[in-house]
Amino acid sequence: MAAAKPRLAVHKFSSCDGCQLAFLNLGEDLLRLAELVEIVHFAEAGPVAPEAAVDIAFVEGSISTPEDEERIQAVRRNSRHLISIGACATAGGLQALRNLADGPGWSAEIYAQPETIHSLATSTPIAAHVPVDLELWGCPVNGRQVLGAVRALLFGVVPALEKDKVCLECKRHQAVCVLVAKGLPCMGPVTLTGCGALCPRFGRDCYACYGPAENPNATALGRRLEGLGLVPEAVARRFLFINNGAPAFAEAGRHWREQRILTPICAEDVPTEDRPDI
Amino acid sequence: MAAPGFLPRPYLQHLLAALTAAGYLCLGPKVRDGAIVYEELGSADDLPRGVHDHQQPGAYRLHRDESPRCFSWANGPQALKPLLFAPREILWTSAAGSDGGITFHPEIPEALPTAVIGVRACDLAALRLQDQHFLEGPSPDPHYGVRRRNLFLVAVHCTHPAATCFCASTGDGPRAESGFDLALAELDEGFVVTAGSPKGEALLGQLPLEALDPVQQATADGEIVAAAQAQQRALPSRNLRDGLFANLHHPRWDDVAQRCLSCTNCTSVCPTCFCHAEMEEPALDGLSSTHYRQWDSCFTEGHSAIHGIVIRADTRLRYRQWLTHKLGSWHDQYGRSGCVGCGRCIAWCPAGIDITAEATAVCGGDHA
Repeated sequence: MAAAKPRLAVHKFSSCDGCQLAFLNLGEDLLRLAELVEIVHFAEAGPVAPEAAVDIAFVEGSISTPEDEERIQAVRRNSRHLISIGACATAGGLQALRNLADGPGWSAEIYAQPETIHSLATSTPIAAHVPVDLELWGCPVNGRQVLGAVRALLFGVVPALEKDKVCLECKRHQAVCVLVAKGLPCMGPVTLTGCGALCPRFGRDCYACYGPAENPNATALGRRLEGLGLVPEAVARRFLFINNGAPAFAEAGRHWREQRILTPICAEDVPTEDRPDI
Repeated sequence: MAAPGFLPRPYLQHLLAALTAAGYLCLGPKVRDGAIVYEELGSADDLPRGVHDHQQPGAYRLHRDESPRCFSWANGPQALKPLLFAPREILWTSAAGSDGGITFHPEIPEALPTAVIGVRACDLAALRLQDQHFLEGPSPDPHYGVRRRNLFLVAVHCTHPAATCFCASTGDGPRAESGFDLALAELDEGFVVTAGSPKGEALLGQLPLEALDPVQQATADGEIVAAAQAQQRALPSRNLRDGLFANLHHPRWDDVAQRCLSCTNCTSVCPTCFCHAEMEEPALDGLSSTHYRQWDSCFTEGHSAIHGIVIRADTRLRYRQWLTHKLGSWHDQYGRSGCVGCGRCIAWCPAGIDITAEATAVCGGDHA
């Protein structure tokens, strides 16, 4: 009889479920994973045992409701290694934009019976509530990231995370820089790779879905984006998007919002005359 | 060596045909995604006829006119480096044996004989430095070596420096002096063709060349001289080693760190930068693993991380490392500066930082 397999759970909090597809889209590797570990809780895939004690817990989603706040404490107690996955779990997600606004006010305006909505005033990352052993950033995370983490833990070593910026990965792929050659407001210079520089390789500007890289110079990039023709509010929106809750982006977003000028110019805002002829 | 000859423009395809017949895959400049990049040429019609570049710090644009010329531009983002020092490649694989041991399998790539058309003097100078680094040390790199041995180089003397170019000040261009198999000087009506190696001479013999008119040669030479004179940037000296190391605490390092994105674009487009990282990608079952080498940069955290300590945690130290190595300690390591004046790090820096301005400011004796 072989030794008991490590037990794995995938928990969902406030999120779109997209990061769980990193597992569901694995194909044959999902079968291989099921041979290596016992998947005891993964509601989207079938097994449901939310209270089970596990060796590895992947946590998708942000803490957005009072119920989330309580449940994450239980997940932490029941998990040897807790790994938060995706922009919601690591930075609060797109829904953290409400942290910058009057969330209850919005609810009151949108819902007929806002008293039935039980949301916290903020959406916050898992690490703001419980100790997290590893964060996998991305919107969504991919199979390589989650399998890499599982494999390393099965070996008994600390998972090695990609820390490079999108620009370096972009150059490794020999993509032509869309900021320099097209004047697009690319976020690559401040963004963590992991995506394989997917957007610039297809000619569009990175929108920072993997969050801030280490040592990001958001101030300098913001100035450059302004130089490309973006008004301050548009610069702010580049930072205040999927990973708006990440401190480096939140701070840059606040800074550029404060520079806001009253202007009739609509701000989507790459000047067309700066496009290349070819 | 055979005397130079003249290849009329309509016969340019003969050059590609001769190279193809000799077994070479032909790579050359093409327009892709708004830039000139080196990719496989189907025919001479793929060359960027009438295409010109406009380069400034942090900006690169192409435009087209009716010129018959195919090489009226300064370098795009890459040339030879990615063809020889692959951005990512497998060094070895390993597998767990049934006896509990591990077996290792080296992965030496197969390299097709490859001809690159349109190589500029700055890139030939960079190639010499990369050869020194990868092949002439105590442990020649087999991956670089197999590709290098299969390379046939058709240089084109540069007549259109960009505003970012400064090869005249580093002594590396715009004329391709050596290190090529064939060199072309482009005129409206055709090309002055010169052989630079026995391989090149053999190929030259297969081309439908006409006798070279001294006026054509003089016109070609004049354009190259004018290209040197037209350059707008310069490094203050070919050896800045002492000036840089005497100014390690110059306030300019703090100033540039405010502007620098630490994004690694400069080192990635630099034709002489050779830093790499290695990484292991185990299979999910844990029974085999693949060991990769990929481009790294002195602007990453990993580049100076040892045992949990990051030696160069901030941009000031990373930029200083790059500049003091490139323009300083390269002299100790390779007998010359690591900069060939191609200007790519200026044009492709999203923040538009100018290495010539930074080096001048740091070495200019302007102590705080």
